[in-house]
Amino acid sequence: MNWFFHLGRYFILLRKVFRKPEKFVVYRTRFIEEVDSIGLGSLGIVCIVSLFMGAVLTIQAAFNFTSPWVPLYAVGVAARDTLVLEFCPTIVSLILAGKVGSNIASEIGTMRVTEQVDALEIMGINSSGYLILPKIIAAIFVHPFLIILSMFLGLLGGYVAGVASGVVTSYKFIYGIQYQFLPFSITYALIKTVVFAFIITSVSAYHGYNTHGGALEVGRSSTKAVVYSSIIILLFNVILTQLLLS
Amino acid sequence: MIEVKNINKKFGDRAILSSASVLFEQGKINLIIGESGSGKTTLMKCMVGLENVNKGEVLYDGRNFIAMDDREKKAIRKEIGMLFQGGALFDSLTAEENVTFPMTMFSDMSAEEKRERAQFCLQRVNLPNAGKLHPSELSGGMKKRVGIARAIAMGPRYLFCDEPNSGLDPRTSILIDNLIKEITYELNITTIIITHDMNSAIEIGDNIVFIYNGTIWWRGPKEEILKTENPEINAFVYASEFMKKIKKTFS
Ligand SMILES: Nc1ncnc2c1ncn2[C@@H]1O[C@H](COP(=O)(O)OP(=O)(O)OP(=O)(O)O)[C@@H](O)[C@H]1O
Ligand SMILES: [Mg+2]
Repeated sequence: MNWFFHLGRYFILLRKVFRKPEKFVVYRTRFIEEVDSIGLGSLGIVCIVSLFMGAVLTIQAAFNFTSPWVPLYAVGVAARDTLVLEFCPTIVSLILAGKVGSNIASEIGTMRVTEQVDALEIMGINSSGYLILPKIIAAIFVHPFLIILSMFLGLLGGYVAGVASGVVTSYKFIYGIQYQFLPFSITYALIKTVVFAFIITSVSAYHGYNTHGGALEVGRSSTKAVVYSSIIILLFNVILTQLLLS
Repeated sequence: MIEVKNINKKFGDRAILSSASVLFEQGKINLIIGESGSGKTTLMKCMVGLENVNKGEVLYDGRNFIAMDDREKKAIRKEIGMLFQGGALFDSLTAEENVTFPMTMFSDMSAEEKRERAQFCLQRVNLPNAGKLHPSELSGGMKKRVGIARAIAMGPRYLFCDEPNSGLDPRTSILIDNLIKEITYELNITTIIITHDMNSAIEIGDNIVFIYNGTIWWRGPKEEILKTENPEINAFVYASEFMKKIKKTFS
């Protein structure tokens, strides 16, 4: 019952979000601001996480492939597949859900409890569209770039760690990365990224927009935003993998 | 002219407004007074549609706002200017951008025209130098004044102010009162003000509505509220020693 209530209210909000904007120019400016805050603002954490996780994944793969029957370049193949298929699109999206999601929910939640949302409505502005649409579009636009960057940095981290620690040679690692590479895996990763970007922004905005009360409730909304967008991302990860890879 | 007919509003099972009916005249300053928690802000929010009413009608010059769809409501709202109890300025924008915001949204004015208009509005609330400051850098009273500047920026037909002079010093308070008075008579608009301040009530009010426990207890021109014998009104109006003294000198 509770689930249905939230689901219904979520879709009603989405319908309002996607109404025709009052003034295109204003939305464009908002979009650029959001690309800046959602995209550039997350650059640091994405870079750090990808470099280190790529390094660890490579060393672990090498550690597991001790059998002489497994060729050395398999380390490259394993690192590439884990990074491209799962780590970059899903884990990085989960990290972005924590960063971007809590940010969106607390921003919109604060605007709600300090009546700024009401002030927008009173001016005759579609507050949900004005606040949420630029965020959704910006995330859908900018997250794929972040994920591509994350893939690149993950592989770079793996290469540096693998070669430096001597578990794999430079030639074998790069050969492994290229070995039987399916370009579709990038498409698959980007489809997931776009869906996850939509989930993060819309679910977090939903929780922020429906905040009532004061500072305490804003904090609560922001926690809920992260928890629910993470769960929904994991759920859709299974669904999309089933649809796209089987 | 705004006519409120039989509004009922409940939060949960708590009735906040019951059968509230009242008429706010055009070209007059209509005051809503009453104790804290009596439902003044709720009545105002019901009138502009920020709270859904359980029953009743709100007529803006004959147009029933409650029954309208979103597009028609938006059209009416472009004619409304509203000052919120806490100011409700947009945190991410400077004071000047707050004032120009509705112009950016709904007019094709050039940046120069908008700046001039914003400067003019800020001047009128006595904040000529605050344009570049963010809301976090303004005091409570300054926020309120920027809120008023934003409310009058587009020349509204209906002006709603929730406690425009709470938190202001007496001089600024009078300045704001006079500003609202000027705008109301100049543009011949319907102005509704919630206030606690009997001083400013007597100063600028034309008509006064007294809310008690969510019902419209009394309504009339301001001259009469000082004479009425109703005990609830007297308890409110003559709560301060100052007003008691005034009453003595009158009688
Ligand atoms: N969102 C809400 N949910 C539940 N109850 C509410 C809500 N908003 C207001 N109330 C209740 O409605 C009553 C009237 O509140 P309202 O804000 O209209 O008072 P007010 O007359 O404006 O008071 P004040 O002069 O202190 O601003 C209060 O008792 C309050 O507890
Ligand atoms: Mg109030």
